[in-house]
Amino acid sequence: MYEHDVLIIGGGLAGLRAAVEVTKSEADVAVISKVHPVRSHSNAAQGGINAPLTDRGDDWEGHAFDTIKGSDFLADQDAVEVMSSEAGEAVLELERMGVIFSRGEDGKLGTRAFGGQKVARTFFVGAITGSAILHVLYEQALKLGLNVYEEWFVTKLIVEDGACRGVVAIDLKSGEMHTIKAKAVIMAAGGAGRVFEPSTNALICTGDGLSLAYRAGVPLMDMEMIQYHPTTLARTGILMSEAARGEGGYLLNSSGERFMEKTAPDYMELASRDVVSRAEQTEIDEGRGVDGNVLLDLRHLGRDYIEAKLGYLQEVSVEFLGIDMAEQPVPVRPGMHYIMGGIKTNVDGETIIPGLYAAGECANVSVHGANRLGANSLLDTVVFGRRSGVHAVEYIKNLGGHSSSEDDLEYEKSRIQALLDRPKGERVATIRNDMARGMTKGIGVFRDQNSMEGALENLIDIKSRIGGFSIENKGKVFNTDLMFALELEFMVDCAETVVAGALTRKESRGAHFRTDIKDRDDQNWLKHTLMYKDDGAEHGVRVETSDVTITQWEPVKRVY
Amino acid sequence: MAANSETMKVNLKIKRFDPAESGGKTWWQEYEVDIHPDSTVLDSLIEVREQNDGTLALRCACRASICGSCGMKVNGSAKLVCKTRVVDVAPHGEKLIIEPMGNQHVVRDLVVSLDTFFDQINRVEPYLQPSFVPEKGEYTASNESMENLLTSMNCIMCGCCVSDCTVLEVDANFIGPAALAKAWRFTEDPRDAKRSERLEKLNNEDGGIWDCTRCMKCVEVCPKGVAPMDRIMELREDAIMAGNTNTSGYHHTESFYKSVKKNGRLDETRLAIDSAGWTNIPRLLDLAPIGLAAMRRGKLPPVLPHKAEDNQKVKDLYKRVEDED
Repeated sequence: MYEHDVLIIGGGLAGLRAAVEVTKSEADVAVISKVHPVRSHSNAAQGGINAPLTDRGDDWEGHAFDTIKGSDFLADQDAVEVMSSEAGEAVLELERMGVIFSRGEDGKLGTRAFGGQKVARTFFVGAITGSAILHVLYEQALKLGLNVYEEWFVTKLIVEDGACRGVVAIDLKSGEMHTIKAKAVIMAAGGAGRVFEPSTNALICTGDGLSLAYRAGVPLMDMEMIQYHPTTLARTGILMSEAARGEGGYLLNSSGERFMEKTAPDYMELASRDVVSRAEQTEIDEGRGVDGNVLLDLRHLGRDYIEAKLGYLQEVSVEFLGIDMAEQPVPVRPGMHYIMGGIKTNVDGETIIPGLYAAGECANVSVHGANRLGANSLLDTVVFGRRSGVHAVEYIKNLGGHSSSEDDLEYEKSRIQALLDRPKGERVATIRNDMARGMTKGIGVFRDQNSMEGALENLIDIKSRIGGFSIENKGKVFNTDLMFALELEFMVDCAETVVAGALTRKESRGAHFRTDIKDRDDQNWLKHTLMYKDDGAEHGVRVETSDVTITQWEPVKRVY
Repeated sequence: MAANSETMKVNLKIKRFDPAESGGKTWWQEYEVDIHPDSTVLDSLIEVREQNDGTLALRCACRASICGSCGMKVNGSAKLVCKTRVVDVAPHGEKLIIEPMGNQHVVRDLVVSLDTFFDQINRVEPYLQPSFVPEKGEYTASNESMENLLTSMNCIMCGCCVSDCTVLEVDANFIGPAALAKAWRFTEDPRDAKRSERLEKLNNEDGGIWDCTRCMKCVEVCPKGVAPMDRIMELREDAIMAGNTNTSGYHHTESFYKSVKKNGRLDETRLAIDSAGWTNIPRLLDLAPIGLAAMRRGKLPPVLPHKAEDNQKVKDLYKRVEDED
């Protein structure tokens, strides 16, 4: 019998930060994750974490405005105000837990410049900021004796009488399925990058949390907002941090021109990510690329500087491409990186289902809107991870005992047995690759009605094929073959909401850039798209819209 | 070995383990896959898993050497396979021998239990223990002191060093290279207030810093340049400097130092007795069978020390080093 007051799904930054918060109360808390917490994808965040530190002259409104402008005015401004005003304390708190942030001459935290902002307010640890923070939060979890279900895979949220009461999960090491009862569940299961191919995301970023919430009836918001990162390594698609440009790196086309001058003369390489990615794609499409890439040039920074500040990038460049960045520019191109959309929550992490909270990349509060600023994702995880923890503890105070039903467990057991019992069919990986390539093709840096309809047609084909895959491994212990099949089903849910959102939004805003409707349309589209799972609706998705919350910044033309 | 210009053939021989069979079943299985010539060993294993054999179990996530999931043995030596290019380990299309990491219990195929690794990490109280927490703002510390810690913070907890540690092979109680590198990260952190307690514990504990045999394996296999053995040597020095001199490790070092200084060469008999401690009867009794066995095989070092013929050069060297200090 497994039961907890608060169960957190995901052991990355949002999940661990929420967990640390809940342990400050009397509540009994546990984290469940399909990987060990230190394997979480928060590791991959490289460049830093934004925070306007007001005690040294920065103002949080400045960060809020940069974030809102970066979002192309789709972010809810009340949510951004919360994030920006709590940012300083959130980052200082991480330092006090033990994060070894880079310092200035005075021994206080030092900063670097990052995209979409004129003020250098990004705090960092070399190019391993995410990893350094994740490991420290895990240290705190060890110190607190946090209960972690490591390598447990959640297959279903239990919703009873309209409230979330726990999960059904597979213990991957034994293969056994169990109910874990909880009075509140915080979804912190990360993004859905693998819905696209290629992607900078880890192979574990399969949108599990988004789909679990979506199936339970929670809307996914602004899913068409897909971030293509401007600098991913040629061929392998490995991320090269924005810190490379923050530290002064140039982007060059085949004739050695800093082409950002044409689109963002003021911010140059440090314009917002959507802007830089489009500029790169234009160079490549118009024949000024280098084998489908542009060049990231750090040579002028010098070897010592590169190795001190961007050591991990140098390591990756040398090991994966054989290029020494002090000697040669590296070929890079835009690559799918982050999903701004996600489980709709308010600023306390609450979803429309009582007892179900969400934080981090799987959630959409919304602070990133149509385009996230670099180094705002880590900030999002710790600010809203903490707030979800606080409010989940408040919520359970008024609740009675645990749910007693095992119905969902029985249902999931037979559903999964049926998958295992299927006759030999198509391979899961084949279907996944076809889905993900179709998504990248249709919902890319540039998109139009045709390409998006192409993605939809592809997805209709994929949906007809997922009933026919088979699972080769019939064993119980560490059956990743089964897990990949369940992940594919999650990814298809995410994909259908991405396509539905994209086809709905009849304008260009942030990352959603339509070559057939190039302008932003505040008159009609200063709105969020909300995708609900609905078997009665066309393609199984019902799309609604809601107004964007504007507090003090009226939308203006976005120029960098 | 290229099948055509776009792909090359990779031959893999993988050690499989299925725990479902009674007592577990181990066997070797061979695969051949076609992949891009720049591919990593991980790419080829994923190709096997996705296109040849869905039953093959391995862990992997980031594909960019930061999550630490994909440690395993390639041709007998632990590697992070996402950063190991096939052409570097099999330049002429040789067969790659893939096994799970060592010194850790195998769960299935290439997946090992994480318990050994994290139990070791837990032994060093792996979290900051400051004497105070600033009410506002951050701790003040030099950038240099923080950047110094990066050596150890680069650790991604992949377990490669634990896998190939030759001490753990014979002594499961050793804290292990990764955990000791983690301990170093706290003894070196100016914000941590437990430095001397930590050093004393690492010095006195069974399986602590003196159990490393300096074989260099962990330095060799670490994919992130953490060089755990170097960290362990620093911990030893720090422990001695902090006054922890009552261990066989310290006596061993001191005896080594004095013996070579005096005789120009090592007096092995004295080294063994010094290290154990002249009054440490139980430990000396432990050594007795080793001495007797060595005697039977004619390998007992002479009881009276031999002096080197020309001792002066050694003495000069000592003088030069000591003057530098």
